[in-house]
Amino acid sequence: MGYFTIEELYKIALDNKKKISEIVIEDEIINSEKSRKNVISEMKRRYDVMKSSIEKGLRGNIKSITGLTGGDAARIKNINTNFLDSLHNKIISAAIAIAEVNASMGKIVAAPTAGSSGIIPAVIWGISEYYDLDEEKCISALFTAGVFGKIVNKKMNLSGAAGGCQAECGVASGMAAAAAVEMLGGSSEMVIHGFALALKNLLGLTCDPVAGLVEIPCIKRNGFAAAHALTAAQMALSGIKSIIPADQVVDALYRTGELMPSSLKETSQAGLADTDIARDIELKLNTSRFD
Amino acid sequence: MSVFDIIGPVMTGPSSSHTAGVVKIGALARKIFNEQAESIEIYFHGSFAHTYRGHGTDRAIIAGVLGMGLDDENIKSSLEIAREKGIELTFANINLHGVHPNTLKIILKKDIEKMTITASSTGGGDIVISKINDYEVDFKGKFPTLWLLHKDKPGELAAITSLLAEHKINIAFMKVFRENKGGLASSIIELDQKLGKGLVDILSRRKNIMKIIFVPSLF
Repeated sequence: MGYFTIEELYKIALDNKKKISEIVIEDEIINSEKSRKNVISEMKRRYDVMKSSIEKGLRGNIKSITGLTGGDAARIKNINTNFLDSLHNKIISAAIAIAEVNASMGKIVAAPTAGSSGIIPAVIWGISEYYDLDEEKCISALFTAGVFGKIVNKKMNLSGAAGGCQAECGVASGMAAAAAVEMLGGSSEMVIHGFALALKNLLGLTCDPVAGLVEIPCIKRNGFAAAHALTAAQMALSGIKSIIPADQVVDALYRTGELMPSSLKETSQAGLADTDIARDIELKLNTSRFD
Repeated sequence: MSVFDIIGPVMTGPSSSHTAGVVKIGALARKIFNEQAESIEIYFHGSFAHTYRGHGTDRAIIAGVLGMGLDDENIKSSLEIAREKGIELTFANINLHGVHPNTLKIILKKDIEKMTITASSTGGGDIVISKINDYEVDFKGKFPTLWLLHKDKPGELAAITSLLAEHKINIAFMKVFRENKGGLASSIIELDQKLGKGLVDILSRRKNIMKIIFVPSLF
């Protein structure tokens, strides 16, 4: 049951009349030679870590190693002037919560990377809380998210250094949108369009972190990319299609990453990393010891 | 590739390349050296040199050499733990020229034993070991790996691989590097099965093999 492209994955799901998550679970069972129970519990272990990092981050008493960031997740969670609905609020705060825990050298699950680790769990956890869905659905959704990352990873390295932030937060947002569509009952076709729509809109996103650290703008970007996944999921669930097929969006992602100058690929030579304030922060960090 | 490579690993932040991958490099260096180091010298190149403190890269590499896993909560305190054990730690920056931006050199010492390993963290927690001492290698710790330093002679590799075949050991990947014809060659053989000590001993008795190290796969 091999698939190298999203199109092939879709055909397998369609022919077998199964959800994408189910195809991925069965595939994992075959490849790992482990039982279904083991494969599911391995993913549950990851989901448990995700939930505990959300909880930890939302408490708010958190600081990054450098002391530059922390406490923003709690700010959003506790906001009074709440003009967004509670689903959005949960998702944005949870994504930032995980990203803050990550920056403090806390325990997280890379999804697909550490820098983008807040997006997928926040979307899945937020939807399950809001609609009161059982954990089984969340775990299935992680398999759906995972397979899109896996297919992109066959074509390119998922890292800011290889493809800019489009290859981290962009891909994570697409993966999260796919997971959300499946959780909310969308068809496999809708799941794929959710992925394509979210990723398409984040193509070109550079990786220009201040002082080279996974803090600015990464932490807040996790919140943005999570909310962005919801927009894509809503579009896909309403029947909106990506005119560019998902596989071709992935091709565009790869080529855009190749064209992106290395100064904007995790080297902190340009963009936000090259602003006056960023250089000031960098200088301060390099001349002080913060351990 | 497994879906758990994408939704995973469970790790200590903040960076898959600058923290988690580096714990793996440390862990693999520990397996290659196969001794508890008394002194560890780390030389950071490129992006590592600029950002190692903010990413905890220094803590990550030492944590790996101490045998900690990717999600060990003690990674944060690895420098203190190593110093308590009496291990001497040195950190410096270096320009290694023409290598991946996330590259480091690690020198492990115990008594008169000394080993230098050069490795890169290539993204998403993937790593590659590119040099042991002055010899080129290329492996990632995903498979049980055999590193051989041998004379570049006709039939030498054929003899080695048929010995492996006789013991029902399957070769997954293989690479050979040599400096000049008839000189020394550095061969990396990645395997599907573990290698027993017996077979390593048999191989090491071959007269054209100068050095042999078996490195078990990571985690």
